[in-house]
Amino acid sequence: MAKILNVNNLGKIYTSGSKKLTVLQDITFDVEEGDTFSIVGPSGSGKTTLLGICAGLDRPDSGTVTLCGTELGSLNEDERAILRNRNIGFVFQDFQLLPTLTALENVAIPLELRGDKNAIKNGMELLDKVGLQNRFHHYPSQLSGGEQQRVALARAFSNKPSILFADEPTGNLDAETGEKVIQLLFQLNADAGTTLVIVTHDLELAAKTKHILRLKGGKIIANQETTAL
Amino acid sequence: MNGHNINSKSGFQWLLKMAWRDGKASKRKLFLFMASIIMGIAAVVSIQSFGDNLKKNISLQSKSLMGADFIIDSRNPPNEQVLGIMDSLGGPNAKEINFPSMAAFPQTGASKLVQVRGIEGGFPFYGTLETIPIAAADNYQQNGGALVDATVMLQYNLQAGDSIKVGEVTFPIAGSLKSIPGSSGLFSSVAPPVVIPYRFIKETGLIQKGSRLDYEFYFFRPDIDLDILDKKLDPILDAEGADLDTHTSTSANLGRRYGNFGKFLNLVAFIALLLGCIGIASAINIYIKGKLRSVAVLKCLGATKKQTFLIYLLQIAVLGLLGGAIGTALGIILQQIFPLLLGDLLPVDVQLTLAPKAIAMGLLLGLFMSVLFALYPLMGTLYVSPLQALRVQEVDRSRSRRGLVLVSLAILTFLFLFSFWLLKDWKYSLSFVAGIVVTFAIMAGLSALAMKVIKKYFPNSWGFTARHSLSNLFRPQNQTLTLVLAIGIGTFLISTLYFTKDLLLAKSSMGTDANSPNIILLDIQTEQKEAVANTIRRDGHPVLTDIPIVTMRVNSIGGKSVNEIRKDTTSTINSWILNHEFRVTYRDSLIASEELEFGEWVPKVTSREKIPISVSDNFARDAKVEVGDELSFNVQGVIMNTVVASIRTVDWGRMQLNFSIVFPLGILEEAPQFTVLTTNVPDENASAKLQKELVRVFPNVSILDIRQILVVIEGLLNKISWIINFMAFFSILTGIIVLMGAVRTSKYQRIRESVLLRTIGAKSKQILKIVSLEYFYLGVLGGLSGILLSLASSQLLAFFVFESAFTPSLFPFLVLFPGITLLVLLIGLTNSRSVIKSPPLEVLRKEAR
Repeated sequence: MAKILNVNNLGKIYTSGSKKLTVLQDITFDVEEGDTFSIVGPSGSGKTTLLGICAGLDRPDSGTVTLCGTELGSLNEDERAILRNRNIGFVFQDFQLLPTLTALENVAIPLELRGDKNAIKNGMELLDKVGLQNRFHHYPSQLSGGEQQRVALARAFSNKPSILFADEPTGNLDAETGEKVIQLLFQLNADAGTTLVIVTHDLELAAKTKHILRLKGGKIIANQETTAL
Repeated sequence: MNGHNINSKSGFQWLLKMAWRDGKASKRKLFLFMASIIMGIAAVVSIQSFGDNLKKNISLQSKSLMGADFIIDSRNPPNEQVLGIMDSLGGPNAKEINFPSMAAFPQTGASKLVQVRGIEGGFPFYGTLETIPIAAADNYQQNGGALVDATVMLQYNLQAGDSIKVGEVTFPIAGSLKSIPGSSGLFSSVAPPVVIPYRFIKETGLIQKGSRLDYEFYFFRPDIDLDILDKKLDPILDAEGADLDTHTSTSANLGRRYGNFGKFLNLVAFIALLLGCIGIASAINIYIKGKLRSVAVLKCLGATKKQTFLIYLLQIAVLGLLGGAIGTALGIILQQIFPLLLGDLLPVDVQLTLAPKAIAMGLLLGLFMSVLFALYPLMGTLYVSPLQALRVQEVDRSRSRRGLVLVSLAILTFLFLFSFWLLKDWKYSLSFVAGIVVTFAIMAGLSALAMKVIKKYFPNSWGFTARHSLSNLFRPQNQTLTLVLAIGIGTFLISTLYFTKDLLLAKSSMGTDANSPNIILLDIQTEQKEAVANTIRRDGHPVLTDIPIVTMRVNSIGGKSVNEIRKDTTSTINSWILNHEFRVTYRDSLIASEELEFGEWVPKVTSREKIPISVSDNFARDAKVEVGDELSFNVQGVIMNTVVASIRTVDWGRMQLNFSIVFPLGILEEAPQFTVLTTNVPDENASAKLQKELVRVFPNVSILDIRQILVVIEGLLNKISWIINFMAFFSILTGIIVLMGAVRTSKYQRIRESVLLRTIGAKSKQILKIVSLEYFYLGVLGGLSGILLSLASSQLLAFFVFESAFTPSLFPFLVLFPGITLLVLLIGLTNSRSVIKSPPLEVLRKEAR
């Protein structure tokens, strides 16, 4: 299987005043196309930072990240934006829906950005898939947490991404709602054949993925297939 | 990856769509931003539009302003050359002699300084002689009657048929004069017109040595080319002591005078607009801060920096255009008020039409100023990392500081360009911009200093509500600075107006002690002097000063005759020096309004060779002379050679006789001259009694009652200050809107705070007190900063410019300051009603929707 994500010797340091904080150190791993991959670790282990760098939202201080065959370090900000629009989907812990847009408009944005003339029609189909056919014109503030996350899922899959990054997708949901959202996530993933990378501290969720990368103190302490854990 | 193609497909339409989608959810907030500039635009457009209309109307009505196509005028009877020129033009169609003089009303015994206009011929040829009864305009010349100014008729309770005595002649009053071309403005308020037939002028006995006469010859030539006439004849006439005025040049001058006042008002109005823009900048700053997360998410989804920036820029641009349109419409309506405010200060009836230039200016100002002032906060979207969707991150401050410098320079450049467009003078424009920057900086500094002092000496001993409300002034995302600026600048403008008006009035007022003259008697012939002085003394009043006046004209400067100088196209000597008939005096000492600047004061001489004279600084500047330079004067036919011995600074603003040229004693005593005497009378009755007596015996003597002139000046200043106040009030209105915007913007924050306080047990009364006190502090801070800054600047004005003591008016302290504080309090409380009254959960639910 081809590698969709390659991280090689990645390091990241944050500077706070005069202090330097090493958040990530010597991170090296691959993710294969179509795989489901989770990154786990305690708070402060650097998982969200790693996710951000892998998704092209941030730059490492050392090492390289190659995503969808493109070395991210060679791209400027606008080129990264285009890459994200074409190839990447995002699901955030706090949903990150645009509060001034309706559910349908939120889902349609990635499609509109790439000039899709049927963005609204496609958006409706996606919302239908996630069971929100009656909520097209509702604003995020009018939706429950679970509904918001389903809209976010629909948005994430709208541009048929090659890879989807999810940062604590059930972090703000109750257990029951979270379970439903995860089922939906994996189902959509299976239907679309998208590579899935999830950051979570929920080991049960992590166990549902094929690979787990375990971080502690900014370093990899384990990188295994799930069956091995 | 062909990124460009993908994102360019979204294009401008998508940006507009996103701007609309996002904007419609924040309608109320954005409307308030827009409202911040509406008042300022309305003020600027109303002035500009009215000014354009006034200029147009002056130009259209220029013939009726003059009453003829052109005038040849002179201070002396026209000589042969001038008469020859007039004959070659076919002769004048009407003629006039006019001069100020006292007129007496035999019925009441009263007297008044008037402008006597002795007219012969069909004047006016354009415009009307408006009289009551109407027929009086046509028959006064034939019937030997007088037309008396309507205000004077009213003031002295006169009717048609009553009498008016001008000099030695008593005229029946033919009618009340409502308007006549050539009589308007300030001088008509001091000496209103009385029109009599020309043939009686000599009989009045008022044409005497030293009389200030104007000989006017009116020409009705509708087909003549006035520009060619002006270019050809004016230099020739100047050389003969006469002058040519065409209706176009006169109206252009008039238009310029009003235009200058309009420019000043426009600058005042522009300050209101600036305030609105500062309000926008502050409000947009908070608005954008609230959008940064959304911007980060958009970037995650694939939007570029440019796209996210343009979405919000489009919102601001549309708001600016809309605000400009509404402000322009309001301004066009508002301009209707100016004719009412200006009243008879206007020389023409102004027909108000849509002024395209003003409309375009309003729209463009709305667009440019909104975008310029919102630019720096908007640039925040450029620096937002998509990582902010995952976590909060520090913005790159070094990049944003560069942006701040660039935007600040752009704003200053725009301010300079706008004021240059208005003022057409780069020095004044720079001064205006510098003045704004300094004023705003000082106000901001005062606010920052106040905050620092409050923080340092925080009154920990105060009760909870007082302390909490005080600390709210420097909560995160507070708008204290913006509000203090908005309220403070408006207060500063209005206070400065009141203080400056007081300064101007104090400057022009006479002293109240018996040694300060309040009556000036002019045109006293030498043989009358003793008798007039005795009349004054007999009435129990002192003769304070006895000033001899000799009239003369400049004959040569530095050996070059005035005719040679006139022909010299490279000469920079001001033409008034060459054409003016100077009223000169002689004495041995300086007076209170003079200060020696250069050279040596010579009190007395015996030799008539190179007479050492003293000239005023403005004379020296315009005649391009220094100490030691030689001039010669034509003193009624006798040439006198002089040398500049000293240059004086003269305080022309003082209400007393000042002179450009002063001779020493020993030279002019035998020259033909007249005298000015001054005296002090205790009250109006004494003034009336003295005037009555003097006019009866000496009808040629003109009497200036300084008190009456001051009343006119005060009336004029009041009118002007009313208008400026009206403009400055726009600043206050803008300040109110900015305040409302700020209150709304911070509303959710306040609600959360109030809800928390109420959850832990605070009563509605306590919340109300906290909110009230916070706005009270803001009102006090803003109002006080404005008044203090105004006090300081007025004091500096008094010391450096007016050189007089400064006693501030009480209005700003007793009315403006408490008024502003109360207003701020009311607005704050009105907009915080829901915060105070609603139960916590209901409020949170409402806000969540």
